[in-house]
Amino acid sequence: MANVDTPRPPGRFAQLALSVPLILAGLAGGVSLVLVVLGGLASILWVGVPLLVVFLAVARGLADLHRRWAGRMLGTPIPRPYKPPAKGMWRRARRIAGDSATWRDLTWLLCNATAGVFLVALQLVLFLGVLFYLVAIPIIWQTPAAHLFTQDLGITTIGPRHNAWLTGVEAAICLIIWFLVGKPLMRGHARMARGLLSPGKKARLALRVQQLTEQRTETVDSHAAEVRRIERDLHDGAQARLVALGMNLGLAEELLASDPETARKLLAEARASTGTALSELRDLVRGIHPPVLADRGLDGAIRALALGSALPVDVHIDLPGRPAAPVESAVYFAVAETLANTAKHAHAERAAVTITYAEGRMRVVVRDDGRGGARRGPGGGLHGITRRLAAFDGTVDVDSPVGGPTEVIMEVPCALSSARTSPSSGTD
Amino acid sequence: MRVVLGEDLALLRDGLIRILTAHEFEVVESADNGPSLLRALVTHRPDVAVVDVRLPPTFTDEGLRAAIDARAQVPGLPILVLSQYVEQLYARELLSDSGGGVGYLLKDRVSDVGQFIDAVRRVAGGGTAMDPEVISQLLTRPRAAEPLKQLTAREREVLELMAEGRSNAAIAGRLFVTEKAVGKHTNSIFTKLGLEMSEDDNRRVLAVLAYLNGE
Repeated sequence: MANVDTPRPPGRFAQLALSVPLILAGLAGGVSLVLVVLGGLASILWVGVPLLVVFLAVARGLADLHRRWAGRMLGTPIPRPYKPPAKGMWRRARRIAGDSATWRDLTWLLCNATAGVFLVALQLVLFLGVLFYLVAIPIIWQTPAAHLFTQDLGITTIGPRHNAWLTGVEAAICLIIWFLVGKPLMRGHARMARGLLSPGKKARLALRVQQLTEQRTETVDSHAAEVRRIERDLHDGAQARLVALGMNLGLAEELLASDPETARKLLAEARASTGTALSELRDLVRGIHPPVLADRGLDGAIRALALGSALPVDVHIDLPGRPAAPVESAVYFAVAETLANTAKHAHAERAAVTITYAEGRMRVVVRDDGRGGARRGPGGGLHGITRRLAAFDGTVDVDSPVGGPTEVIMEVPCALSSARTSPSSGTD
Repeated sequence: MRVVLGEDLALLRDGLIRILTAHEFEVVESADNGPSLLRALVTHRPDVAVVDVRLPPTFTDEGLRAAIDARAQVPGLPILVLSQYVEQLYARELLSDSGGGVGYLLKDRVSDVGQFIDAVRRVAGGGTAMDPEVISQLLTRPRAAEPLKQLTAREREVLELMAEGRSNAAIAGRLFVTEKAVGKHTNSIFTKLGLEMSEDDNRRVLAVLAYLNGE
């Protein structure tokens, strides 16, 4: 299954191929650091300012490159820690200077130019050692004994052949060492980059506060809109119908003696009106919290959803328990919306919903064999789902190449309550 | 006829008792929660049971579970399930033991007393009573929709009424045609859908429902 979040970490030889650019980048970083410091000192005299600006930008560029590299090496993306840029030159400069991420970047430049370059270079040298000894074997083989270290040991004599064999052994030892420590060295380099380049504790908290503030505003807004919609639906729907019903019944009561035929008609009308009111209330309740979700939890509700879907949907659910009701509801509506989108736009023959749970996260995958090309536009269905799940720190990824298939992957961190027995009779 | 009632809301329970007694049913027990309903169903073995899906203590699908459990212990026990909403999933579960004598209706239908009493009698007699809303949901399913396009408008009407569980005579009455004409339509429907024809009304109903459920 394609996972859009984490591409595979680069292999041993890709790491090897990249070590030369990494070393060069490390050294260039060192030079940038020196120039930033010089620029900083010289900015008292104004001349240093352009130097400072240019090489701070270079430093950030290098840091970004290494964030990507280290993120791929370690399998988890490293977020950028910088504060959003301020308006105005002075304020911008002050914000950059006051951003702890800037100072961490500079510290990293120093560490990377020294320890970082050392780690990568060590890995490279070990491999080059292998090549060196391999090339040396035939040369030593053919070198006349007089030019080599020879020694009569009594039993045997160390000659050119022995020297060549020994070189072979050295090549093998080098290869083994490279094989064993090459990857850990490169990972060490990546870990160092992650340690200094990912947001510090303070920056992380600031980022989180900002995120939560945005989410809270969105949640409160959408909740208020929802309540308004329900109020309006009740006011114009069921309430109005009950009023009309009361009037019909009152009229019928009056006419019962004088005009029983009209009274009968009015009563029939009143009954029909209760039916409509009930059906409106049912639709409203489904939109608030589907009864089948309350009855059977996600498992039953998604199966019911699949049965009612416009296209055949395969359902695989493997949950060891039930998540909290708000999470269940959010995931249910997210799946409902995704399936509705699929039916409307994907031109698919089949769809599948898979729900699994591992390491404190519920993972929901909605897949279809349609024409792909699904996008997350503002105001679109996918955008709404993303917002809905964001309230629970959930994420939505869309993998939808043109030509299909489309995969919408939702992940929500949540705890599960202990499993509830559910009837197995004939649900499939 | 002896009836066991499963309904927790006093207002609705009293209304149902009043309607049922007025039509010569005897309500032997009315339970207001899942466990006591199951006990009542198994001990009284009534001629028919009228059961609300949502009951205490969990206020989820307690009544439906009690009905399914009771039918597992007393095969063929006729049960009519009432609910504020209908779910295909539940219709399937009720129909899955294919014993007949099953009904699943919206509570709204009770207001048409004649039709409701007819449905109770039908279920008591081992027949089927499915809510029109269940049937219309089934008919729009993609797996069913394609072959159904071969049917004429009249045949579709007959199919809908048949799936609700009505006999040929009742369908004839509803559509203002002769029973013979309905029989002809039924034959044609079964041929077009590739189903095996049966003389028994209820067997026909179950065959149609199984077909629409995609089994």
